[in-house]
Amino acid sequence: MAADEAAALGRRLVRAERRARLRAFALVAPLLGFLAFTFAAPLASMLWRAVADPELGAALPRTGPLLRAWDGRGMPGETIFATAAAELAHAAQDKAAGLLAKRLNYEEPGYRTLILKTANRLSPPFADGPRAAMEAIDPRWGERPIWLAMRRAAAPVTGFYLLAALDLQQGEDGIAAVPAERAIFRIVLWRTLGIAAATTAACLALGFPVALLLARAPPRRAGLLMLLVLLPFWTPLLVRIAAWIVLLQEHGVINDTLTGIGLTGQPLPLLYSRSAVLIAMTHVLLPYMILPLYSVMRAIPPVYLRAAASLGAPPFAAFRRVFLPQCLPGIGAGSLLVFILAIGYYITPALVGGAADQMISSQIAFYTIGTANWGMAAALSAVLLIATLILYAAYARLAGTGGLRLG
Amino acid sequence: MTRAAEPFSARLARRVNGVIAVLTLAFLAAPVLAIVPLSFSAGSFLTYPLPGLSLRWYSDFLSSPLWTRALGTSLLLGAGTTLAATALGTLAALGLANSRLRLRGVLMALIVSPMIVPVVVLAVGMTFVFSAAGLTSSLLGLLVAHTTLAVPFVVITVSATLAGFDPALLRAAASLGAPPLVAFRRVVLPLIAPGVLSGAVFAFATSFDEVVLALFLSGPAQMTLPKQMFLSLRETISPTLLAAAVLMTLVSTSLLLAIELLRRRNARLRGTER
Repeated sequence: MAADEAAALGRRLVRAERRARLRAFALVAPLLGFLAFTFAAPLASMLWRAVADPELGAALPRTGPLLRAWDGRGMPGETIFATAAAELAHAAQDKAAGLLAKRLNYEEPGYRTLILKTANRLSPPFADGPRAAMEAIDPRWGERPIWLAMRRAAAPVTGFYLLAALDLQQGEDGIAAVPAERAIFRIVLWRTLGIAAATTAACLALGFPVALLLARAPPRRAGLLMLLVLLPFWTPLLVRIAAWIVLLQEHGVINDTLTGIGLTGQPLPLLYSRSAVLIAMTHVLLPYMILPLYSVMRAIPPVYLRAAASLGAPPFAAFRRVFLPQCLPGIGAGSLLVFILAIGYYITPALVGGAADQMISSQIAFYTIGTANWGMAAALSAVLLIATLILYAAYARLAGTGGLRLG
Repeated sequence: MTRAAEPFSARLARRVNGVIAVLTLAFLAAPVLAIVPLSFSAGSFLTYPLPGLSLRWYSDFLSSPLWTRALGTSLLLGAGTTLAATALGTLAALGLANSRLRLRGVLMALIVSPMIVPVVVLAVGMTFVFSAAGLTSSLLGLLVAHTTLAVPFVVITVSATLAGFDPALLRAAASLGAPPLVAFRRVVLPLIAPGVLSGAVFAFATSFDEVVLALFLSGPAQMTLPKQMFLSLRETISPTLLAAAVLMTLVSTSLLLAIELLRRRNARLRGTER
């Protein structure tokens, strides 16, 4: 009897536990469902588009498999010519032909007009056969490169955009750098890393003394000074940028003051420069450095420094060998946080920088909103996302995932 | 160790550090403080000395349909984002607080990850998905996008207040005969209210300050205040824009004040005032 009751009680307990677990999950489920659509799906779609290559398959569905079966040596056979000619002629009025033309133009500038021209002029039946008809429209159809480009575009997935994001391309003999005059992204990537590194260094140099001052101040004054850090943190980004434009522009506050007191004859070109980008980004990101540094410094018991002093360490040695090592996690976390945020910056460089100060995000915006080359936008986004995630893994290790402080 | 016993070098180092720190704090505060008087200028040049004081740029702001419509859109969007993010985030935080839930760490990491992904990257992905779903150039789409960015803040602030929540209180309420919903409304909600409210404030501020998603996803009909400012700043900076900036700052600093007060109240309630 007792054993039965115990078993029944156990079953009821298990059931109650399961119900409680289900209830807890039911509370989280709406948000998970929401984020699946607004966060997971967009990222998945972005990653897919970075490698998807649907244009040739959509415009020339029967030619695609034939091209993939072709070994790429010599010229393609008559079947491929015939199928491609028939499908191109058929696709002339189609939107798909335009998309294919655009896609092939990425492989080699000029292929766009080649495809559109050919599609428009081809009219079956071809008296001298499809190959002659195509070559009559443009002799490039009699050469290998266009066919090789089409063969590369025939696969459902491509490394084309990801390679292009690093200024690489798939040639006939493996992956190679694109010609220097066509290389654009590597310089932007290096610039992005450079600006982010310089901003991080500036934030550390300026943020460390502030955090130290806050950590050593009596609590009431520390609270007041902290408000001075948080106030700009809460000022809308565009307001801060507008303020820098007012200060730095040609007839802005700084230039007017400088010329007013006779320090410079004519206004200095401060705005739309690399230094304007660095100043504004440091201003915006500084609190992200100060807050983790401060919270680490405040946790260091002052007893340690006194112990070091009582053991005969001069103040500098005590600072360098006792205090500083304990600050390292804060320095690491703050620097990584600032660097992670900085490499994704778009608005600030767009408004206070010149054309030569734009970072990878501005290229992403250009390919998404500007020219609608979504493959390229997706590939650059993938590069930025992967870099961010790697850095974030390092950050999480230092600060813990709950380390994103809210001020 | 008294100050007098400190060697000269240590005192000097302290001074130098203090000077750099104060200059940095000035660097942080000065730019925004500098534009406040300019927005009250009687003239139209954005520099000092001011020719006189006036409210003309504020009245210009309030009488310009371009700016007032943008302000209205931003307030509406902010309110919608606040409601959606607070509801979704509070529910999720309550679920995540239950220790019986499996994979809590993973779920939490998943929910806060919109904070980590660069906004531009998210904007690109949203452009792809939302244009297929007909959500680009619509206020609803922008609301959904802003909610995604805002919801982690709510989950984090509510979870923080729930961390100090004693589950024995719920058992006490139940043993006194309170049905679960009543116990929730009369015991849990008052205790987590500061967290919910500061989450709501964060959500509003996130939406009110957001410009990247607005640039990528919205059409000309969904002109938010930050987007209007971005587009104006690309051309020329006007005193009217500064008036708008000062008003925006006023809203944001009131929000900061609200958060600070809530934090203090919460700390007092939990007896952990620092």
